[in-house]
Amino acid sequence: MALMIKDRNVVADPWLRLERNADGSFPAVSPAGDVIVPLALWREQRALLLARPGRLGVWLEGHEDPSTIAEDLKLFGVVAVHFPKFADGRGYSTARLLRERYGYTGELRATGDVIRDVLFQLSACGFNAFVLRPGEDPNEALAGLKDFSDSYQSTVDQPLPLFRRRQAA
Amino acid sequence: MYRYDEIDQRMVDERVVQFRDQTRRFLAGTLSEDDFRQLRLRNGLYIQRYAPMLRVAIPYGLLASRQLRTLAHIARKWDRGYGHFSTRQNIQYNWPKLDDVPDILAELAKVEMHAIQTSGNCVRNITTDHFAGVAQDEIVDSFVWCELLRQWSTFHPEFNYLPRKFKIAVNGAQADRAAIFLHDIGLQAVRDEAGEVGFRVIVGGGMGRTPIVGHVIREFLPWPHLLSYVEAVLRVYNRYGRRDNLYKARIKILVKALTPETFREEVEAEWVHLKDGPATLTGEEVRRVESRFTRPQYQRLPGDDADHLARLADEPGYAAWAKRNVHAHKVPGYAAVTLSLKKTGVPPGDATADQMDAVAALADRYSQGELRVSHEQNLILADVRQSDLHALWIQAKAQGLASPNIGMITNIIACPGGDFCSLANAKSIPVAQAIQERFDSLDFVHDIGELDLNISGCMNSCGHHHVGHIGILGVDKNGEEWYQISIGGNQGLTRPGAPAAVGRVIGPSFAREQIPDVIEKLIGVYLELRESEEERFIDVVWRAGIEPFKERVYGTHDQRQERRSRSLAAA
Repeated sequence: MALMIKDRNVVADPWLRLERNADGSFPAVSPAGDVIVPLALWREQRALLLARPGRLGVWLEGHEDPSTIAEDLKLFGVVAVHFPKFADGRGYSTARLLRERYGYTGELRATGDVIRDVLFQLSACGFNAFVLRPGEDPNEALAGLKDFSDSYQSTVDQPLPLFRRRQAA
Repeated sequence: MYRYDEIDQRMVDERVVQFRDQTRRFLAGTLSEDDFRQLRLRNGLYIQRYAPMLRVAIPYGLLASRQLRTLAHIARKWDRGYGHFSTRQNIQYNWPKLDDVPDILAELAKVEMHAIQTSGNCVRNITTDHFAGVAQDEIVDSFVWCELLRQWSTFHPEFNYLPRKFKIAVNGAQADRAAIFLHDIGLQAVRDEAGEVGFRVIVGGGMGRTPIVGHVIREFLPWPHLLSYVEAVLRVYNRYGRRDNLYKARIKILVKALTPETFREEVEAEWVHLKDGPATLTGEEVRRVESRFTRPQYQRLPGDDADHLARLADEPGYAAWAKRNVHAHKVPGYAAVTLSLKKTGVPPGDATADQMDAVAALADRYSQGELRVSHEQNLILADVRQSDLHALWIQAKAQGLASPNIGMITNIIACPGGDFCSLANAKSIPVAQAIQERFDSLDFVHDIGELDLNISGCMNSCGHHHVGHIGILGVDKNGEEWYQISIGGNQGLTRPGAPAAVGRVIGPSFAREQIPDVIEKLIGVYLELRESEEERFIDVVWRAGIEPFKERVYGTHDQRQERRSRSLAAA
């Protein structure tokens, strides 16, 4: 099993993330095991996927609207947001919406082009799990979560923006 | 100046550490060129034509003298003894070494400065009126609101990787001296009937390849909602702005595609969820930020200084400078002064390290130790006693900073252009110099009256050519440098009845050496057509249209037609 970061620890990743085949079709989903399926597959094979014994997760691309799974969030063991490039920032808004608007409290993982230099801000937007880009060492990357000691803004883990806490102090 | 508290300082220090490590990894080969590019861009570091270019943030253009001394020191120690003040109220160094940049940032951090978000697809330096806090037509002191926005935008976790760069301008006075209709978001302070402060919100303005005057999407946003509303705008943009085409990625394209009305609805729908949430500003926080600003200590003076007025009558040189470079102040007996960085023969906006030190000394002596950078690339001493003006003038003159040309044709706004910038199609600096030389006669310049002439070396329009009364744009034609001329642009509602406008191109482009002649012809038409000295160049363009100007430059409509058919026939 590959290593990943979850809740600030390096852990083995039990999940398999399914991607479309090159021709656009979906691969067969094996009945056992924990799989994270593309949003489109979830929408197409919902009943079938729920009937599997293994755990189920879903992943969103940058343009996919999290409101489409807002009612289903309790069904997922993982929600993943995929970053085609770390500089494509749509996933940050997706994460905040999942956490702050749709109340998702489970594992929210960033996948794709994830490097240590963006972990702090991903975490501030509500991600608690990170599957790093191949070649990145999760043990080294952990330090990225501590690049800054505070944020001015309201964040998912600290909803009170700094100015409200400054007042309290 | 806003003075940092411990937390502000720690944020900046932590950024230095982070960037030092990123630079180290890049130089060690463990961070790829592509990755490092994105990361360094969030810290103002470009790789330019000859060397890296480092853009240092001057939040809303406000500087303390000790900060300016540090900028001078950096210019001497790590660059070639000068810096370039930009149209974004920042400063750029054109010759630093990549491996020195972390040390430069550490030096900046010592005086509460940084290069955070001065480039990259994130919220950039918040800009404002360079007369904030001292203008007679003040509605609010915009610096406080700019600082609130600066803190909100600094390392905003959600909006650090937007589709494209994002520029916010705030104007706190009646006259728009911040070009708020030409920014991604423009905020105009207004007061409602009860005297409560709010903001008119403008979105989707901008220059660049597709110049657009922004749209008002909210007439009055009560101040407590400033951050949550801006956040709603940014979220809509972050989610739906185009990312497939660099040239169509700015918010103005999204606003245009959706229509301003639909965009407004999207924002309001998003805002419903954010309104009254934790980002809602409190009176306590506004007062806290206000109280961390140093405040000028004014003497109670009876009014205009008699000695100053007497000298105006006696010394024409002093009077000419005072007429152009000295500005009214809200406090009796005081004035604001523009130190011109537009001396003929010097690239617009450039200042040497020695000049910076000299200006720092002038600020300490005459203006309570602070100064501002204007988006017109000049330096402003905002709190000068009128009784000190003459002495200040003498000393500024000795430093080459007293060209009496503010608002005049020789106060040219120009980007660094092809001499430095790798994006440029053409050079800007030699064009600016050629025009300044042509119009070097002061009497002529003053006869021409108010005229904004802006030059950009490429479509990115860092030199704001779209909003110059005369705009010059460098274009590339088969590898050669050519220049397109537009007229009728205006940076903002600087006086009633003259709103922000994008200039219109007058016709085919010119070779560099033709430019001074063409400009002189345009001026000639203006002088013939104006009905009085009060009617400015821009007023004549708006009244008479561009045709008479075109005609003088390219010949009459018939002549142009004939030439076109002949060249078509030849082809």
